Order: sequence, then C-alpha cells, then structure tokens
Amino acid sequence: MAEKFKRPDGRKPEETRKIEAKVGIIPRADGSASFSFGKSKAIAAVYGPRQLIPRHLENPEKGVLRCNYTMLSFSVSERMRPGPSRRSQEISHEIAKALEPAVLLDQFPNTVIDVFIQIIEADASTRCAAVNAASMALANAGIPMKELIGSVSGGKLGKTIIVDLTKDEEDYKIKEEKAATDVATAFLGRSGKLSLLHMDGDLNTKELKEALELSKKTCLNIVEIQKKALKKVKEK
Amino acid sequence: MTKEKTDKKRTIVVPGEVIASGKEFLPGDGTRREGKDIIALKFGLLEKSDKLVKVIPLSGAYIPRTGNTVIGQVTDLTFNGWFIDVGAPHLGFLPVAECAGYINKKDLAEHYAIGDTLVCKVRATRTKSVELTMKDQTCKKLNGGFLMSVNPTRVPRVIGRAGSMVSTIKNETGCSIIVGQNGMIWIKGRDIQSEMLARDAITLIVEKPFIDGLTDQVKDFLNKRKNG
Amino acid sequence: MKLSKINKEKIRELLENKERLDGRGLLDFRELSIETGISSKAEGSARVKLGDTEVIVGVKIDILEPYPDSPDSGVMMVTAELSPLASDEFESGPPGINAIGLARSVDRAIRESNFIDTKKLCIKKEEKVWGVFIDIYPTNDAGNLVDASALAAVAALLECKIPKLDGEKVNHEEHSNKKLPLNTIPLTVTAYKVNDTFILDPTSEEESSSKTKITASVTFNKDEPTIHGMIKIGEEPIEIEQLLDMVNKISKQAKKLKDKISKSKK
Repeated sequence: MAEKFKRPDGRKPEETRKIEAKVGIIPRADGSASFSFGKSKAIAAVYGPRQLIPRHLENPEKGVLRCNYTMLSFSVSERMRPGPSRRSQEISHEIAKALEPAVLLDQFPNTVIDVFIQIIEADASTRCAAVNAASMALANAGIPMKELIGSVSGGKLGKTIIVDLTKDEEDYKIKEEKAATDVATAFLGRSGKLSLLHMDGDLNTKELKEALELSKKTCLNIVEIQKKALKKVKEK
Repeated sequence: MTKEKTDKKRTIVVPGEVIASGKEFLPGDGTRREGKDIIALKFGLLEKSDKLVKVIPLSGAYIPRTGNTVIGQVTDLTFNGWFIDVGAPHLGFLPVAECAGYINKKDLAEHYAIGDTLVCKVRATRTKSVELTMKDQTCKKLNGGFLMSVNPTRVPRVIGRAGSMVSTIKNETGCSIIVGQNGMIWIKGRDIQSEMLARDAITLIVEKPFIDGLTDQVKDFLNKRKNG
Repeated sequence: MKLSKINKEKIRELLENKERLDGRGLLDFRELSIETGISSKAEGSARVKLGDTEVIVGVKIDILEPYPDSPDSGVMMVTAELSPLASDEFESGPPGINAIGLARSVDRAIRESNFIDTKKLCIKKEEKVWGVFIDIYPTNDAGNLVDASALAAVAALLECKIPKLDGEKVNHEEHSNKKLPLNTIPLTVTAYKVNDTFILDPTSEEESSSKTKITASVTFNKDEPTIHGMIKIGEEPIEIEQLLDMVNKISKQAKKLKDKISKSKK
C-alpha cells in the first residue's frame, strides 16, 4: 500500500527548490556564474585557457580541465576548517569529469582551464549546484563546448522517487532507520548522456530507472534555465 | 538634429543550441554540424550570411593567430631574445633575429628591458609558445601614453569596418591609438583629457557590443563631451 | 597581465596633478554597497562591494575553552583566504603573507577597538566561553581588499545572533534572539602611498603602483576620533608630518563610512 507522502517543505516529488542563476558575477575572471537550489548556493569562476603549472602536467593532446570545489567555513551548521579535505578533493575531481565530455579540450593542448567553485551556503546537493554554476561560467568564458551540462540530485524518500534533496531529506529516517537515497547526477544538455553519478543509499533497479529518468528530465530543464541566464548577460 | 536609429538586437546563442537545420547550411567559426543540424559551440552572437552560419564569441581569453598585431610586455630575456607576455595561454618569444636593425647581443636589455611595452606581430604559433617578430612597420617600443585592456572578442568592434571606428576616435580626440588583437590598446594624446576621452569612447563601444549604429553614437558621445 | 611601466608612469604623472585614471579625487572611495544575511547557516554574514572589489565574510560562533591567561573572556579568531577564484594573481595553497596580513589587519581593528565585548562572552569561568570565528573570502579583487574586508566583518558581526544552547551543548541548527555584545563600531581605512602622494581606495593598478600603505582603525565618541591599531606595511619610510596628515584624512573617511553604516542599519 502506498504511504501518504509529503515532503518536509511541501514540494511535489518532481519539484526542485527555487532556482536562481546569474552569469558574469566576478568581473576579474574570464567567465563566472552563480547557481542556487534554495539554500544551496554556489559561485564559479573560470580562468583560462592559460599556462599549466606545474608544467609536467601539460598534455600535448588536449587541455586540462581543473576544478576546485570549496565549502566556505560558515556554509554549514558547524564551522568547517578552511583548506582542502578528502571530501572536497573527491568532489572537485567528480565535477571536472562531469563537465569534461562537453568541453572541446583538444583545441587547447598544453594549457589548463581552471574552474574555482565556492559553496556559500549548503543545504545538500551542493555538487549539483556547483556543476550548474560551472557549466554557465565555462560558456561565459568563451570556452568551446558541445553542450551545456545540467545537474540535480535525485533519489528516494521512503518509497517515493524525488528530485533535489535537502539536508533534512537526506537525513530522513523511518523508525530510526535511514530511509533516504541520494543520487547526484549530471546530464549533457544535447546528447542527454549521464556524466556524473554518485549514489549514497539503496535503490532497486526499477527505482533506479525511475529516479534517473526524473533526474534527466529535470537536468534538461535546468539547462534551459542556464541558457536564459546566459542570454541575459550584458544586455545593456 | 534627431537621430532615429533603431537598435537592432542580434540573437545570442549558447553552446549546444541548434542554430540552423538542413544540409544546405555551412558550419562556420564557432559551430559544428551534427547530423542535419548545425549547433553553436560558443556563447556569442549568431551571424548568418547566405548559407554560412557562424557564432561571433562575446567572451574568451586571447588565442593568438599568425599575423596578429599584439601589444605585450617584456617579462624576461635570454642570450638570444626576449620573453613577452601578450596575454595568451603561452608566453611569447621575440628572437634577436626578428628585430629590425643592428642589435648588440651583449646587451639586450639596452634594447628592450623588462617591463617595456612593445607592439609586435605574431610570426607563428607553436604548441608551447608564440613566436613574435618586430619586422613590420607597425612594430615598435611604446613610450608615454597609457594602456587599457578590453576583451579580445571586442577588438573588431573597436576597430570597426575597415578601421572606421578607431579612425573616428582618433580624429575626434587627436590621439594616436594602437589596437592589439589581444585586447591591449595604447592611447597617446596631447593631454590627459583627450586620452581619457578616447578611453571612455572605447569603453562605450566595448560595453555595448550588440547595438548597431554605434559609430554615430560614438560621434555623439565625443561631441557632447567635447562641448560639455 | 602585470602592470606596465607605461601605466605606472601615467598614474604617477596624474597623481602629481591630483588626478586619477578613473576621474576620482585622491581621497574618494568608490561606490559602496553592503548586503547582510547572505548565508543563513552563518551566525552573521555580509557581502561588501567597493567598486568592482567584492568580499564575503561569515561569522560562526561555538563553545570553546578559554585561554589560560584570560579565563573569563570569549575568544575571537579571524582568517582570510585569497582564493584564485578572485584573481589570476592568487594561488591555491596554504595562506601566504598577504592573506595573513589581511586577516591580521581585520583582527586588529576588532580586537584593539574592543568591538566585541569578550568579557560578556564567558559562559563559565575557566571552562566555557563563546568563540567567535570571522572568516573572510574575497570573491573579486579590484584593489583595497583590506578596507572592504574590515567593513564586511563589522557588518556581519552587527547582525550576528548567538546559537541556541540545548542544555550544555550548542544547537547549531538554531539561533537565539541574543545579539553579540558589541561596542562602538571601528572603521578601517588604508592610505596607500604612491611616490609622494597618498590616496584612498585604490584600484588594482593603483595598488600595484604603491609600495607602502598605512592601515588604521578609528572609532568615534560623538565626533571625536580615536585610533585603534595601526600598521605600516611596505618598504618606504615616511615623515611624521606625512603620517599625521594621513591619519587625519583616514579619520575623515572613517567618519563618512560610519555615517553610511548607521544609515543602512536604519
């Protein structure tokens, strides 16, 4: 029997939090953007293509896309020590690989494109907000790309498939048992392929299919939001 | 005299957007064919002329091309030439052999010192460097005046059709102006006021890249500032 | 690209005539905007824009053990990170002297003016006090990060709420209605020496032309200024008269900032 389901903040299962997207927020960078899902807020700056230091990391076949994801110390309830952590390094790597399939790196051998991302406020799904901000910042930096990249977290709360989990939802419990599954995804805006996948929790194959389909649909909508934000820039 | 020019807005496109559909169209710069569609690879302005479709980028770092005139700064020197930062992903190199006239190899700094600003030309682009030459009449070491930098994608707008825009500013302000393809612009006038006037006119052009009839707007701007 | 000799020379030439590249007077600040409450997880937060320069500051508050030499005083800590997000001249890695200097200048402004009344942050003598962490993150460096950061820190502290206590423990999810115990607002202004001229609020280009700067923090009792904490950074020596003249000018600008802040609070 289906349980009577209600999300803590009253959203429908397929509904994201309020999305805000803005391009060109950091004048000094070659490209920049901000993106938020409710209280998960990311800003991203792109520099490059530029010289890669240390030089032994240069690749003569194609440019290197380097991401650096940082949570500001006050972005979470308990103050986070400044400086890189294992978690932030894993996420940085994941984000780079989520973006890379869309970027025509072979046009810039022996160089680096740097993407710096800061999370100003965190309420789960920060890596997804980061991917969205980075996608717009790359386009804003004039980097050639086959497509934009949309990202959202999907998953399951109790038995219901949902998108865009908050921290409360990630921590959702039934009878003291963890009852939430969270799947961070990114989809390429044109080809519809999956470029980021990171699941914590459990799903059966039917649920997985359902969750991925809902996430893909949501990501393609987010790409439309990115497009709109980009087209607004510099329209003076 | 009232001027009733309509501001024609052009279409802005983003990466992955389908900008033309059909085998008859040809993909130009900043685009690629995917099946029957032509998609944009860059964020920029869509331009269709006849069957050719291209995207004029609105942002991006400077990527050097052979033949470009650039303005750069001497950052270091070796026994056989100078390293020059032209704002490209890689440092530029100007070999002694690419200088016009006699150079005393024992004292290269006498010729061009660290921190000097040069107008030079891109002779060739290599995988890890940009090769520069001074063997062109436009090339020289710059003295006085000042430098401003604009996004390299805006350089064609600053120059204008057949140099019309930059000529207008030169005539109206009496300044010498050299525009590097890398977005570095050198301005030198008889006084600081005329230099600032030229700079502000260029800033106006750079900040309003979508609007047609810009040459007239710039003329208006310069006249107002000169008379006001 | 680094600042060219040509522009350095132009800036010098202009300053001799009391002019600046962007048309401002020598002591004029750029347009200032202050926005608070930008990150709700922080106990207080603010974003300050000074022209194109932009800084984010967040404050977190937690229970700590007091230092042995001040067993009944709260603790304050200031850090700054110069992330390469904000400028192509910043590098990743542990904080360098510029980041440390920035944090220390803001620390000095708050500590020496006694802005936070740390005696009132004692929960239990020798055991538990409130610790106030002020973290500074510039997001776009277009010159004069120090003054922008100090302003952002003050703005964030002004709106700070102490977290709730669940018995002995801090409840990080909720804030009480209690504000931080604060004294008179310190205003920090830096005078930058370019050749023999002093200017305020430089752009990046002007800042690179300057080899020496003086940062001072000022509080006002009615309209009477008091200097709290001051530092000269850089290689050039200065005359006493020059310094006193600058302190006057710094005070005048500090007064303007104070009026601006009290207006925005209303």
